Amino acid sequence: MAPFALVDVLGKPLAYALYFLIGVAFGAVLEMAGFADSRRLAAQFYFRNLTVLKVMFGAIVTAMVLLFLTSALGWVDMQRVWVNPTYLVPGVVGGLVMGVGFILGGFCPGTSLVAVANLKLDALFFFVGATLGVGAFGETVGRFPEFFYSTSLGRFTLPQWLGVPTGVVVVGVVLMALFMFWGSEQLEARFGHTDAARYPGAALRAPTPVARRRRRVAGFALLGGALIVAGLGQPTLAQRWESVRSTRQVDLETRAAYVHPGEVVDLSQDRTVSVLVLDLRDEAEFNVFHLLDSKRVTMDEIEGGLVGLRLLAAPPSTVTVLVDDREARSTQAWKLLVAGGVPNVYILEGGIDRWLTTFAPGLTDGTSTHFAAALGAGYREANPDHLVGHGLEYESKVKLQTRRKLGGGCG
Amino acid sequence: MRATGAGAKPYLDPYLAGAMLGVVLFAAFFLTGNGLGASGGIARVLVSLEDRIVPEHVDRTAYLLQMAGGERNPLDHWIVMITAGTLVGGFFSGLVHRRLRPETQRGRGVSVPTRLAFATLGGVLMGFGARLARGCTSGQALSGGAVLSVGSWAFMFSVFAGGYALAWFVRRLWIAED
Repeated sequence: MAPFALVDVLGKPLAYALYFLIGVAFGAVLEMAGFADSRRLAAQFYFRNLTVLKVMFGAIVTAMVLLFLTSALGWVDMQRVWVNPTYLVPGVVGGLVMGVGFILGGFCPGTSLVAVANLKLDALFFFVGATLGVGAFGETVGRFPEFFYSTSLGRFTLPQWLGVPTGVVVVGVVLMALFMFWGSEQLEARFGHTDAARYPGAALRAPTPVARRRRRVAGFALLGGALIVAGLGQPTLAQRWESVRSTRQVDLETRAAYVHPGEVVDLSQDRTVSVLVLDLRDEAEFNVFHLLDSKRVTMDEIEGGLVGLRLLAAPPSTVTVLVDDREARSTQAWKLLVAGGVPNVYILEGGIDRWLTTFAPGLTDGTSTHFAAALGAGYREANPDHLVGHGLEYESKVKLQTRRKLGGGCG
Repeated sequence: MRATGAGAKPYLDPYLAGAMLGVVLFAAFFLTGNGLGASGGIARVLVSLEDRIVPEHVDRTAYLLQMAGGERNPLDHWIVMITAGTLVGGFFSGLVHRRLRPETQRGRGVSVPTRLAFATLGGVLMGFGARLARGCTSGQALSGGAVLSVGSWAFMFSVFAGGYALAWFVRRLWIAED
């Protein structure tokens, strides 16, 4: 399923050639839109020619509808599509600085490349300036790392923020874009000019009747696509598991996903990783006995995707261990979390029952239900710190995976 | 060389251009899992130069090290391919549409040195801001916007806000008193 780990599939030369071709298409479209002309770009900020807004929002909504439509149909795994991580304040400050740079310089980095290729001298100076700015950032960021890494929210999307289904946000964004297109036409009618000799680059060209008709059709197609996205909904975790089953089921069959209690104890003492224990048992069982610092989660919470999203935002050195009385619920939860793209998820081998027979043979008859008192994590055997030096032999299963296979961003 | 306007073909309908750009962006996400970008490529070309001229300095600067540390070649990255392609695609489109022409495009009444000075200043701010925001209009606003990243949307509105906030004060750069 798309997207593909291109370098693995095609080899580096072919994968890079494909990236190059994507770049060629990108540059050609920017040029055809008139983005090699700084006057056209700057006219956006005087309401004279809103090509920048139309092209940007047109591209965003087109790509968005196509992406979430193919995702709804199960052709694209959105978990493996790069979503720019949110660093709110540095992003907003950087954006404001760029806005100022845009109106002074007349380009943004991508459009300046295209304009340089079209021999625009102002673009060349802009490009040299941009390179200096990039260099200046590289030299100075060491002085304000706290700010650069502040307000980090990880992979955080509008549907998560608003707490509504993705399809609803897709429809909302399309409606907003269509409204902005309408508004752009009003502003251009008020402030724009059509005299190309007097207003080079920024002059407007009245659309032909055919173009007008096409615009309406495209608008309805976008809205229709968005409504279909909303109607279909995005794949559930259970559906996603079916698409990753072929590669991940083997971890269950070979028991690679099951960690020995002894390994959990040793991991808890390892300062390079942080162990997060999620307990899937009922509240009553949990209250009787649970591992120290473990958190109780329900299958509903896992299925709803919230647990997975929180784990995705956790530091990359986090190892998640799922706990059941035996292995049934923890195995099911493992499938859903893996389907959601959460790295480093493991299952406690044999569950709490095995933990007790391993570390507290005198405490129970081998099942977690026969306790004299419900002390929760108050039992000595619930604290891994007390169990260090257990001398148990086991096969180590945890292999910390800190790098995602698909990198991304602006590199 | 002909004057702009004479033989140059008109630009695309902006909505058509937007739809086409959207298809390119979707193709990038669908095939590679990554969006588009520009400032990352510029950064890597720069770091590659620095690595050749002052390698000791690169090896002491954490931010540069992640691109060029040790045996790492900063140019060995997909974003560099996209950047190279953007240049080539832009060049051929300009050639085909007869817009390839050496000139300094500027607002009426603005001298060439003034335009070039402001272009440089704007570029510096753009370059710095793009790295601070972890992406430029392409890599952050366009790509992140399409996948509904909260940070990308906040960033996008900030860019427009910054531009509009200053536009009136620098109107002589772009729109003559008319």
